[in-house]
Amino acid sequence: MATPILKVENLQHVYPGGVVALRDVNLEIKPAEIIGVIGQNGSGKTTLVKHFNNLLKPTSGKVYFNGTDTAPLTIQQMAKNVGYVYQNPNQQLFARTVQEELEFGPRNLGVSEEEIQERCEAAVEFFGLQDLREKHPYRIGFPLRKLVGMASIYTMRPAVFILDEPTTGQDNVTTQTVYRLIHRLRDEGATVICVAHDMILLAEVVDRLVVLRDSLVIADGLPREVFANHTLLSSSHLIPPQITELSLRMRTDKDASSQIYLSVDEYVNAVKKSRMK
Amino acid sequence: MDRKPIIEIKDLTFTYITKIASEPAIRDVNLTIYEGEYVALMGLNGSGKTTLQLCLNGVIPNMITGDYIGTVLVEGKDTFETPVREMAKTVGMVFDNPAFQMSQMFVAEEVALGMESLGISHDEMHARVPKALELVGLAGLENRSPFDLSGGQQQRLAIASALAMEPKIVVMDEPTSNVDPIGKEEVFSVAEKLNRERNMTVIMAEHEVEVIAAYATRIVVMENGRIVLNDTPQEVFSHVEEFHRMKLRLPQVTEFAYQLEKDGIANFNGKYPITLSEAEAAFKGLLD
Repeated sequence: MATPILKVENLQHVYPGGVVALRDVNLEIKPAEIIGVIGQNGSGKTTLVKHFNNLLKPTSGKVYFNGTDTAPLTIQQMAKNVGYVYQNPNQQLFARTVQEELEFGPRNLGVSEEEIQERCEAAVEFFGLQDLREKHPYRIGFPLRKLVGMASIYTMRPAVFILDEPTTGQDNVTTQTVYRLIHRLRDEGATVICVAHDMILLAEVVDRLVVLRDSLVIADGLPREVFANHTLLSSSHLIPPQITELSLRMRTDKDASSQIYLSVDEYVNAVKKSRMK
Repeated sequence: MDRKPIIEIKDLTFTYITKIASEPAIRDVNLTIYEGEYVALMGLNGSGKTTLQLCLNGVIPNMITGDYIGTVLVEGKDTFETPVREMAKTVGMVFDNPAFQMSQMFVAEEVALGMESLGISHDEMHARVPKALELVGLAGLENRSPFDLSGGQQQRLAIASALAMEPKIVVMDEPTSNVDPIGKEEVFSVAEKLNRERNMTVIMAEHEVEVIAAYATRIVVMENGRIVLNDTPQEVFSHVEEFHRMKLRLPQVTEFAYQLEKDGIANFNGKYPITLSEAEAAFKGLLD
């Protein structure tokens, strides 16, 4: 088996003042996996992912990146391994133009000028930022500013991307851009960890769901299995996508996870297939 | 239902003044909203939802200036000629990021802030603060810091601050885009309660179609500054192909019904289910 890109062992985090944010978390994430981390506000999700790039250090326990203990590494050293895209781009962006914003990360990592320009071109094209290159990030609307936040991490080519609520405040068009980005990152070999409440993202885009409640991981599995677990969902105040909920209500065999559908297309195809029999 | 118009927008076109000559943000908008309606505004980012909302309390054109043609009457008052301060008594505004609206040390002060600017007496303010907090389910939190509240609580506090001014209309711009699922539910149910129990007119810009389908009495869809659909949720969501063209999402059960109809598996005669319970009823027997 391949070395996990991230491994968390008996991780505990206690904030100054004694608030226990994480208790004994164990997790292995494989290269090129797309992970959804869900849970209510205050469940520990953000605390957990901030350990992946050393923004937080464990109170006890270990975090390994590609088999190496991250404890001795600085945030700067981890930045080229794990990129963190903030929910609010205002916490992340600081340059005077979008172009500078895109160049900053790779230049800081010592990437060659030629390579920086290539990466910027690719990012501009993919995120559709052609007309914004010379604009100040704060002079463009929130949804696009958020895409700039993602693009500026994308140019650093980290092995792991952490996306904190990537689709909030986005409309359907920019949401689809984010979904496409996630798949593209995976196709390019990166691991993507989404902290999100967007149930369509969690049902249709991610490979695996990690559910946190009260500082503990209470479930870790395929979206289909997690969404089938009613007790788990309601105790964590999570609502499956409407189409999944419909399939849960309509299914004839209450134990068959094969009758649970995560997207409209999946459900339509299943109905068509059963009609053809 | 009492069909008393509370907002009348006539031939409204507005263009922001920027360095570069720009296109109107909203154009040729005609819209009448009646007292007690729960109107959802839909459309892609940039379609004009926020601009239209800012016209409802006179912030446009009195504070944000630009090229303004047409009229907006709120309770018969022309918003162009009425001071924004005066309009605030009728129209309460709640924005997408509650933290941006918070400025005070204590929840009670946050609620009182808007009232202060209206010159309401201290006695009256003391009476209204607990009432407003009660309405949004934050009773007893007067002495907490707004910044210690959860996202959903902060958004409800922003609503309470708007409500304390006792407006007849509350305008919300994507009020749940920054809160978790519980917080979303809290905000939507508060809005519904105000609408049902107090006959308050609610105008909410929102992307989450499943929620809109469950709560709104009317949907206005905007595209490039124009109103393209304006009807009941049932009727608006029957324009499936129009939604596809505009790249807007439909409730998943509606999309599902449409696809099955297209494949000849079911027939809804254009009346697709738009909520989960409608879908459950419609598909009973059909999918067994």
